[in-house]
Amino acid sequence: MTDLNTLTLAAARDGLRKGDFTSSDLTEACLTSIAAAGKLNAFVHDTSEQAREQAKAADVRIAAGDAPSMCGLPIGVKDVFATKGQPTQAASHILDGFKPEYESTITSKLFDAGTVMLGKLNMDEFAMGSSNENSVYGPAINPWKIDDRNLTPGGSSGGSAAAVAADLCLAATGTDTGGSIRQPAAFTGTVGIKPTYGRCSRWGVIAYASSLDQAGPMTKTVRDAAIMLEAMAGHDAKDSTSMELAVPDFEAMITGDIKGKKIGIPKEYRLDGMSAEIAKLWDDGAAMLKDAGAEIVDVSLPHTKYALPAYYVIAPAEASSNLARYDGVRYGHRAKIGEGDGIDDMYEKTRAEGFGREVQRRIMVGTYVLSAGFYDAYYNRARKVRTLIKRDFEQVFAAGVDAILAPTTPSAAFGIGEVSKADPVEMYLNDVFTVTLNLAGLPGVSVPTGLSSKGLPLGLQLIGRPWEEGDLLNIAHSLEQSAGFVSKPSKWW
Amino acid sequence: MSIDIDTARRVASLARIRVEEDALPELAQEFNAVLGFIEQLSEVDVEGIEPMTSVTPQRLKRRTDVITDGDQQAKILKNAPDAREGFFAVPKVVE
Repeated sequence: MTDLNTLTLAAARDGLRKGDFTSSDLTEACLTSIAAAGKLNAFVHDTSEQAREQAKAADVRIAAGDAPSMCGLPIGVKDVFATKGQPTQAASHILDGFKPEYESTITSKLFDAGTVMLGKLNMDEFAMGSSNENSVYGPAINPWKIDDRNLTPGGSSGGSAAAVAADLCLAATGTDTGGSIRQPAAFTGTVGIKPTYGRCSRWGVIAYASSLDQAGPMTKTVRDAAIMLEAMAGHDAKDSTSMELAVPDFEAMITGDIKGKKIGIPKEYRLDGMSAEIAKLWDDGAAMLKDAGAEIVDVSLPHTKYALPAYYVIAPAEASSNLARYDGVRYGHRAKIGEGDGIDDMYEKTRAEGFGREVQRRIMVGTYVLSAGFYDAYYNRARKVRTLIKRDFEQVFAAGVDAILAPTTPSAAFGIGEVSKADPVEMYLNDVFTVTLNLAGLPGVSVPTGLSSKGLPLGLQLIGRPWEEGDLLNIAHSLEQSAGFVSKPSKWW
Repeated sequence: MSIDIDTARRVASLARIRVEEDALPELAQEFNAVLGFIEQLSEVDVEGIEPMTSVTPQRLKRRTDVITDGDQQAKILKNAPDAREGFFAVPKVVE
């Protein structure tokens, strides 16, 4: 029999319903693989006790025939989701010891559906980063390896991606503010979807940039993404930006038929200096969709170039406001203060000790662009550019395009410590293909479609119309089937 | 636009993050790298364009003005680094 931890959500669900194994069996298989994978540094908080209880309860439900799709399936949860009574610190020293007294809406929905939480997953601090190197737990490591170097699983959902790719869990939750689900998915040969802004509730998800943040599933297959997204999505009165819209049966929308779909290829994504292998991956992906009956058309998104600079105004601005709450008063770390220190000293020392370097930098950049005299020049201008970026997409979709195909990342996974710490902008460029969607609020899914010349996974991204995740996943499924990506990292950990 | 050490010191203070004097030059340099990158936005013609306030065409919902929560003092204080007699405790604020 296959190791149970290597199953997809769909296969595990079907096996549970047939009685081939129990949720407790699945959960133990995953906990065993987690215990043997310390070198990956993917799981950072152990919630195995809760997992075993949830598995037992799920087995009772399955036996009684009352089991939603996610019932009994063991997953990992990114450390950014508030989980009641369990450590939740967004990989930051400033939230040391924090155990929320409440459950995020998304984990509540998953738990109500019977899902089992194995543990909390590594990430970049407050979801700021593209390599998982900005973490108080140290970096998560990519299970893919081609020489003696440790590679990054990407970020910020690096722990989630590493855990799914290494079969430590069947799937994981992630969040995506500028590419934090899709880039790690591409770096690890897994699937990740960022839904339309407003599809999943942000309540109980530790905020980075609220107008861009959106949670989504990270899975082994497109079908699994459809199954898990359905369980995560839906309107929530506690998040005023969540959309009051019925959640369709996403899995049922995977028909395998994409005949007549119009797929746009945006010329502005063909950057100067794009590597030949990424260009080929992209062309191959377009050819696969064409062979499956889609029509390929050239499209233009003229403001693409300005997406990253606009993001690096808007996201830090929102972060500077969101992260003002960490002041050493209500939760987490408080600095020891000296004789005669006042409350401002306490705030300043606490925040200097508690936040890592990149988080401090983004808070301060945000403070600067919002400060008197610069608000119009930076913040308001960036919001106007954002309007233009969204309009670019609206015009393409209005012309009848169903989805847009582009690379997910400019390269395969890089080594830990290889991207310059001195120039923050170098790391930011990782998000050049992903960040536009967050600014426009659109859904996007990364699908593994090939290996680099050195043998590392590469992903393509499909960008969909707002609220059309079902259609998008159907197209992604077709691409996945045509690409036939089945490679797995060989176990070295 | 270039950030000097005085500006870096002022921004750190506004952000309530303690930065030691000897770390300010490097911080100013990092700001300049990021702001240099952001500067590209000045090339875009934004004449007559509205700044985005909501990415989805949705009015924020208003809830009924009623009490829905409360009586959770112990839960609220549970994670506090210093809580005394039902309050958050902080260093002296007023002389």
